[in-house]
Amino acid sequence: MAKTVKKPVLSVKNLSVEIPTRQGILTPVDQLSFDIEQGKILGVVGESGAGKSMTGNAVIGLLDPPAHISGGEIRLKGKRIDNLEREALRKVRGKEIGMVFQDPLTSLNPLLPIGEQLTETILEHLPVNKNEAQERAIAALEEVGIPAAAQRINSYPHEFSGGMRQRVVIALALCAEPSLVIADEPTTALDVSVQAQIIALLKRLCRERGTAIMLITHDMGVIAETADEVAVMYAGRLAELGPVRNVLTSPTHPYTQGLMASTPLAAKGKKRLSQIPGAMPRLTDLPFGCAFHPRCPIAKDKCRSDPAPTIEAGGGKAACWYVNGEKS
Amino acid sequence: MANAFKDTVIRAWKSDFMWSFRRTPVAIASFVVALLLIMGAVLAPLIAPHNPFDPATLNLMNGFSAPMEPNQFTGETFWLGTDDQGRDVFSTILFGMRISLFVGFAAVAFAMTLGVTLGLIAGYVGGWVGALIMRIADVQLTFPGILVAMLIFGIAKGFTPIDQRDEMAIWVLIIAIGLSEWVQFARVVRGATMVEKNKEYVQAARLNGRRSAGIMLRHILPNVLGPVLVIATISLALAIIAEATLSFLGVGAPPTQPSLGTLIRIGQGFLFSGEWWIILFPSITLLALALSVNLLGDWLRDVLNPRLR
Amino acid sequence: MLAFAIRRAFQSFIVLLVVGLVAFSMFNFVGDPIDNMLGQERTDADIERLRTQLGLDQPFPVQYYRFLEGAVQGNFGISYRQGRPVSEVISERLPATLELAFVSAVLAIIFGVALGVFTAIRRNGWAANTIMTLSLIGVSLPTFLIGILLIYLFAVELGWLPSFGRGDVVDLGWWRTGLLTQSGLKALILPAITLGLYQMTLIMRLVRSEMLEVLRQDYIRFARARGLKDKSVYFRHALKNTLVPVITVTGMQLGAIIAFAIITETVFQWPGVGLLFINAIRFVDIPVMAAYLMLISVMFVSINLIVDLLYFAIDPRLRIEKSGSGK
Repeated sequence: MAKTVKKPVLSVKNLSVEIPTRQGILTPVDQLSFDIEQGKILGVVGESGAGKSMTGNAVIGLLDPPAHISGGEIRLKGKRIDNLEREALRKVRGKEIGMVFQDPLTSLNPLLPIGEQLTETILEHLPVNKNEAQERAIAALEEVGIPAAAQRINSYPHEFSGGMRQRVVIALALCAEPSLVIADEPTTALDVSVQAQIIALLKRLCRERGTAIMLITHDMGVIAETADEVAVMYAGRLAELGPVRNVLTSPTHPYTQGLMASTPLAAKGKKRLSQIPGAMPRLTDLPFGCAFHPRCPIAKDKCRSDPAPTIEAGGGKAACWYVNGEKS
Repeated sequence: MANAFKDTVIRAWKSDFMWSFRRTPVAIASFVVALLLIMGAVLAPLIAPHNPFDPATLNLMNGFSAPMEPNQFTGETFWLGTDDQGRDVFSTILFGMRISLFVGFAAVAFAMTLGVTLGLIAGYVGGWVGALIMRIADVQLTFPGILVAMLIFGIAKGFTPIDQRDEMAIWVLIIAIGLSEWVQFARVVRGATMVEKNKEYVQAARLNGRRSAGIMLRHILPNVLGPVLVIATISLALAIIAEATLSFLGVGAPPTQPSLGTLIRIGQGFLFSGEWWIILFPSITLLALALSVNLLGDWLRDVLNPRLR
Repeated sequence: MLAFAIRRAFQSFIVLLVVGLVAFSMFNFVGDPIDNMLGQERTDADIERLRTQLGLDQPFPVQYYRFLEGAVQGNFGISYRQGRPVSEVISERLPATLELAFVSAVLAIIFGVALGVFTAIRRNGWAANTIMTLSLIGVSLPTFLIGILLIYLFAVELGWLPSFGRGDVVDLGWWRTGLLTQSGLKALILPAITLGLYQMTLIMRLVRSEMLEVLRQDYIRFARARGLKDKSVYFRHALKNTLVPVITVTGMQLGAIIAFAIITETVFQWPGVGLLFINAIRFVDIPVMAAYLMLISVMFVSINLIVDLLYFAIDPRLRIEKSGSGK
């Protein structure tokens, strides 16, 4: 496969998402920026409600109204996609960006054979006839490791196990050969024994095709195993972004540090796990300044009054007034 | 004393129930319309300018007076006009509504009593008795209520001697409509009873040696009142429409005791000859009555028991 | 699936037996048909002659046997009021009712589903909101008032359409149809709308709420995420998943249409079995009532059976498990 090119497949700059509600405007995603290069995997981590899924939905243009993109831009292979017309955006979905959802039990239409769901997607995006689409569908199922794909193409979703269904979902996401796949918690709903297989499958397929992946998860273990880079989100904002090794071993943002100290995998060797005091604030009552300051061990007056700037740190970026403790 | 009363009123006003009521203009409007209509029916003998059933006050010369226009022979003016026999339409509507509402309320009361009793028995006693009751309910539910009511009306009519049929018609109507609507009550009460009867407090009452009937009335019944009230309101709208429909078809209230449906049936005969008011005003009244009770029932269902949806 | 079908058929059979018992009891215990047929002025000879003619002089078991034997052959005796065999009276009127019910059902289903989908997709649009508000009034509006309103508008004021009757009919030998003549079709329009409107409203509201429920499902999001066209998402993926509950209710509504035809037929003086039935009730013509009851029960039960079998055609999950785990 082609060598990694410098130009990113996905480039998100200052992305903000707003939801107007009765209690005022909520900002579940605030000034978020990141890039993903061809064939690379970006892990997006954070607690539930941190804005990870909202970011994924914003990129693929599937925000549920009244949520909407209120600022920033999203570029796919250099082309802006955040301001596309409905119909143009639809053509990007599935063709340029594939998506894998959390629960394979509910992601597939129970009343249509999986083959039909595959061929309708292929016919929608690729210039092929019905027979070719059928062949491609079988090939796609074989690629994701469905045994006897040609015979099972007319089976219904309920005739497959959970792991097999997630393989079908991956086949569906990849069948039009997108350059980016957004995988939103792809293993959370699966048995532990199957999780590793699915992750390995996703990783192998993308490496072979040079597909970039945005892997949304709250599982640090999955990130450690899979991702090239990791973006840590907190209360809708980017806390830290950097190569996975750096972030896991020497995190610079206090939140990431706390997160690592509380993760069994990363905290290996230490005697006991620590925990971050308090809970992530709700979007309806975000604190002034840095959203993390009420829980931050090193918070100062500045943190309470002004939002933290995003600065270069530890080979990546971090949003903190006092990256690496007291230094800056 | 007065303060305690005031407190109660204030507390009731501030309850969720009232809060929802005040926030729902449709509910307020429906309530006001329904209340006005019911008041009109109850106070009909006091309000009505004429007594349409007293032949002595009728003057055939007043027949077919248009609304708000002086009659060409007698010079009398009627708000909503008169019918062919010179009866004041406004008065006949008030008295007709009396009959419609009486049949409606009585039929629902009958259906409720029957349904709640059978539902309690089916849920609490269970066994073959319960199974039999629910099987009958299932079979009856296969058929639309109006058809069941018609059939029961026909059968009951067969039982009454010919010369008493007109007098008995109202009561037959009540029984027929009531019997066509008990199933909903029975189903809900049975379901709730089966849940409640296994709860600790009922078990405790049972261990204390309370009798089944006592347990059912004292402990289980209060728990199912919410859904029962919702069904009763919706049933009332259905019963009013059913009564009007049967009477309109000529198998309900007799011409001697005309309900709204009977009035519309009579008015239909004048549709082609241009006396539109004879049919229009009873129709509007019926629509207002059915719609307001229906909307009220809808709102009650949302507030009291969202699960019923 | 076969076991399920057999069990359902058996249940249907029980229902029919119960209804048959009701019908027979009506024959035997309700009123005195002689009273009903002869007025106040009657002679003993008249009474005796009629008793023999109607078979009412026979002992109870003989009458019971006669009823069962007759019912199976579609023979319900002689109408008290018309003095003709009930089967003859009903069969000459049945086509009128079936044509009316069929056209109304088709209208109700087509418009009900279409409007239901429309109001679900354009959930907050003004058109959808207007339709929903109107439908609430539609549910509260008694059928006969709708009929009268239509008559007033289109027959009295505009004079476009006939207000009563069936128009000219064509005799096909065993079926007299009004669908082949212009006047027959014109006469059908108002009654069909009157009869279908209420059912259409119900179907529309049901399709809408089911559709909204389905549109929230993950597989719809996934279908969108795969870039499928709206048309495909709504009609191929969403609509099919709403069909199971919709078919249940629609099936029951089809039965209701035949019953509600009684009202429409009275308003429009449509010469069908419904009008026959209402007149039978007014004159306590028990044989006609009993026959109508049996006829309509057979229809209801058959419709329910067909609905149950339709589930298997739509939902593949049911084909494997023996009984439905879904709704």
